Amino acid sequence: MKARVHITLKDGVLDPQGKAIGDSLRRIGYTSVSGVRQGKLIELDIDEKDRRRAAAEVERMCKDLLANPVIESYAIELDGVG
Amino acid sequence: MKAGVVVFPDSNCDRDVMVALRAASGGEPVVLWHKESSVPPLDLIVLPGGFSYGDYLRPGAMAAHSPIMRAVKERATAGTPVLAICNGFQVACEAGLLPGALLRNASLKYVCRDVHLRVEQSQTVFTARYAQGQVVRIPVGHHDGNYVADAATLDRLEGEGRVAFRYVTPEGEPTAGANPNGSARNIAGVFNETRTVLGLMPHPERLADIRLGGTDGRAMFESLVEALA
Amino acid sequence: MTRFNMPMAQVARELGLSADEYRVLVDAIGREPTMTELGVASAMWSEHCSYKSSRVWLRQFPTQAPWVIQGPGENAGVIAIGDGLAAVFKMESHNHPSYIEPYQGAATGVGGILRDVFTMGARPIANLNALHFGAPDHPKSRHLVAGVVAGIGGYGNCIGVPTVGGLTVFDGGYDDNILVNAMTVGLARADRIFTSAAAGIGNPVVYVGAKTGRDGIHGATMASAAFDDQAAAKRPTVQVGDPFTEKLLLEACLELMATDAIISIQDMGAAGLTSSSVEMASKGNVGIELELDRVPMRETGMNAYEIMLSESQERMLMVLRPGAEDRARAIFDKWDLDFAVIGRITGTGRLVLRVAGETVADLPLAPLADAAPVYRRPWVATPPRAILAAEDVVAPVGDGEALVRLMGGAHLASRRWVWEQYDHMVMADTVQRPGGDAAVVRIHGTGRALALTADVTPRYCLADPYVGGAQAVAEAWRNLTAVGAQPLAITDCMNFGNPERPEVMGQFAGCVEGMAAACEALRFPVVSGNVSLYNETNGVSIPPTPTVGGVGLIDDLDAMAIIAFKRAGEPVVLIGATRGHVGATLWLGAICARDDGAPPALDLAVELRHGDFVRGLIRGRRVSACHDLSDGGLLVGIAEMALAGDLGVALAPAPEDLPSHGWWFAEDQSRYLVTATPGEAKAIVAEAENQGIPACVVGTVGGDALTGLDGEPISLKSLRNAHEGWFPALMGEND
Repeated sequence: MKARVHITLKDGVLDPQGKAIGDSLRRIGYTSVSGVRQGKLIELDIDEKDRRRAAAEVERMCKDLLANPVIESYAIELDGVG
Repeated sequence: MKAGVVVFPDSNCDRDVMVALRAASGGEPVVLWHKESSVPPLDLIVLPGGFSYGDYLRPGAMAAHSPIMRAVKERATAGTPVLAICNGFQVACEAGLLPGALLRNASLKYVCRDVHLRVEQSQTVFTARYAQGQVVRIPVGHHDGNYVADAATLDRLEGEGRVAFRYVTPEGEPTAGANPNGSARNIAGVFNETRTVLGLMPHPERLADIRLGGTDGRAMFESLVEALA
Repeated sequence: MTRFNMPMAQVARELGLSADEYRVLVDAIGREPTMTELGVASAMWSEHCSYKSSRVWLRQFPTQAPWVIQGPGENAGVIAIGDGLAAVFKMESHNHPSYIEPYQGAATGVGGILRDVFTMGARPIANLNALHFGAPDHPKSRHLVAGVVAGIGGYGNCIGVPTVGGLTVFDGGYDDNILVNAMTVGLARADRIFTSAAAGIGNPVVYVGAKTGRDGIHGATMASAAFDDQAAAKRPTVQVGDPFTEKLLLEACLELMATDAIISIQDMGAAGLTSSSVEMASKGNVGIELELDRVPMRETGMNAYEIMLSESQERMLMVLRPGAEDRARAIFDKWDLDFAVIGRITGTGRLVLRVAGETVADLPLAPLADAAPVYRRPWVATPPRAILAAEDVVAPVGDGEALVRLMGGAHLASRRWVWEQYDHMVMADTVQRPGGDAAVVRIHGTGRALALTADVTPRYCLADPYVGGAQAVAEAWRNLTAVGAQPLAITDCMNFGNPERPEVMGQFAGCVEGMAAACEALRFPVVSGNVSLYNETNGVSIPPTPTVGGVGLIDDLDAMAIIAFKRAGEPVVLIGATRGHVGATLWLGAICARDDGAPPALDLAVELRHGDFVRGLIRGRRVSACHDLSDGGLLVGIAEMALAGDLGVALAPAPEDLPSHGWWFAEDQSRYLVTATPGEAKAIVAEAENQGIPACVVGTVGGDALTGLDGEPISLKSLRNAHEGWFPALMGEND
């Protein structure tokens, strides 16, 4: 099974990279952009057929290593079955 | 004093801190390899600057889960002093030894230069040789030194006297211009609750030798030797 | 890939071999080559690997001195520095890749030169770089500057080697061909230098480091071709570096080198496994057999051609003593790096490549090397220019205004924005940080140090290649002298345009001759170097740019000079003659918007005499500061010393026999400024005159401004604002 973990900085934590991207977009004319948050995407291949167990496993990975709860939030996305 | 210096793959200030420890007569430090899962009896553990495991996830994140860090955490909890410099500070925060986290510098650029620090807490094994409120000059060299914590945590750190150093002007003012990385409240270093773990972004080992242009960093190593010998 | 269906002769052309070269290749091996063989041969015969256009000229360089341990021909040059130690250093270009992808191009340039140095058994202790960008207002410049600087920092900072010095130039001549030259200096035991010549029939050939992917295939060929507007489409051939793997590779190699396991070692740089295996075997006059399916690979389905020409980074090839494999493997396992025995040394003199037991290439090495093309390309000398005297030019602005404009302009403005992004202090031995005449890096654990510099003045080289080439060497020698070091040897990076143009070949020939003369006169031999040709876009070549990297030795760090004014009341003494030479100067270009005139003349005997005199003063601890004069001339030199020391100066009046701009801004060569106590200054002037060296007092240190020019005093504060403000403004950072 494939899992995708989206990690972004928590709301309220200053995101200087996101701010720089927003500034650049506005500089080249995309004035409608009022906010940018950037983050990372981690794709995982997991040997687990059960969606519930896979979700729980990835959740643990996020808490243990992939995200830092002090500054980051995460969202998990699971692909199809097997 | 018996000190141990942890070496992760990509640590690069391990030798520099050993030189400073030796020069302050801290004896010959031992190397603690990241794959080891136990630590010999020591008076001080140093988490040096540099990088660890490429820091590709977040600075310090992978090191925080290394075998050696499990052992270091046990010792720290039992009261062994831990000095965590730069990447070591990032590792200590990720490992939960210190509150807060270190984000990308507000400028988004790596910054290497001397900064001025105000000593906010001189009643510790790390800072006894400094005077309370003294302004010292120590270099920084990092890409991710922007200290963040929520307001409640910051208030608690301030209230408990756990802010170790603050970025200031040469005159001692914590202005925005004196802050090299955007850290909350100009915080450059913090202690744990028992003030036995110190994490700081600046590198005291880089100005501990008059040939390199200053010796303000030396007092930290001398403080440790005096307290722990 | 369509090229597999083309006739071989046509494929050869695509790979950069001329029709003649292809015929020679067929003759040398006695048949049509296979695809893999053609790939190997075209890489070996590329300009980048074979030096086919430059070789006949480079022979002129003096390469010998009693302190030279290894001259050109290995991965890096080696010189003895006393106490049984050696300095190992080289400079290399990564120009084309950096233009296409500035961050990765610059980063892998640093990674490559670091490997060249630690391959020789040295621990890298310092990095320098010389960067030439287009005009500051060129639409691409800001992007290129930001990317290159971040890339250089990104690699050096992560591996933990300080970047201590360099040169950053802006000039419209580099608009479409930037130059990124990186230099690494390492420290080794003089009796533990490793080289690349393979030996010992049957000995194992071992691959270590990172895995092989399809990175940068034909980078060596790309580095040997001129650009057109389609250059950006070549992006996939740029490699991606991983400094963290390189740090592990460095530590693992040095750990293995402390044993006796290694017979020879070669890093995989341009043309990857091809150049490393061919060079090791050719230098050792042996053959080599490789089983390509044993190469650790990152991607599936790579064919022999791709494996042999991949430029994946952070890889090394070694020949080990028989039986040493297990010990070596244990070290690489400890550092979590790949280790694979991929072949053996043979006595056949042939390169044999096999995949799954089937031979895909079988080339005779000596005939291939002997048949390698060497060109004596046609050249025409650069026509000489008229000498321009100060009297021939009317100054458009006053001297004070000219100074502020120069100090706050593209050429002289502070490079702090650049070097604060480089970790210049890691390893805790950086005694002189960026911003002085030369960087000074202590030899670890001693009171001795190496002085390091990278320098060149392309506008002189363009005006007169011979004088410009000689001046580049003299300027590096002067930089080292000004900190009190004994200059020992140089490395060079010869960046030029298209060698198939006679006028470009004329520039190359002139610069080489001038450099050789200066190296000879100053006892400053060339021990390593690199040639980068075809820096041309749409028919326009770069200004000739022979970057010189100099290394000198400071025997006693207590007798070292810095540029900062130290004490109010001290006289400022100028050593050397000022004749008012304004041709091809910075002042003429930046203030008068003219670039004509011959460059300042350079008398190498005078250079030697003045430099030796100044070094004697520093070693005798008689001066409190020292600065050599170069771009911008006397007034700029004084202003730089004032800013560094945060002390002003009262200037003595300009002599009456010269227009004042000739006194303050001429770029006459072989000049230094020193400060000393009033009594000492008097004695220095008298001694100089006794030895026939011109010397005079040009001002007195004190106050917080430059006074004595026509008009208002120039406060240090306003000068500093102009000087420090330019670069951040260029990068759009001034809020």
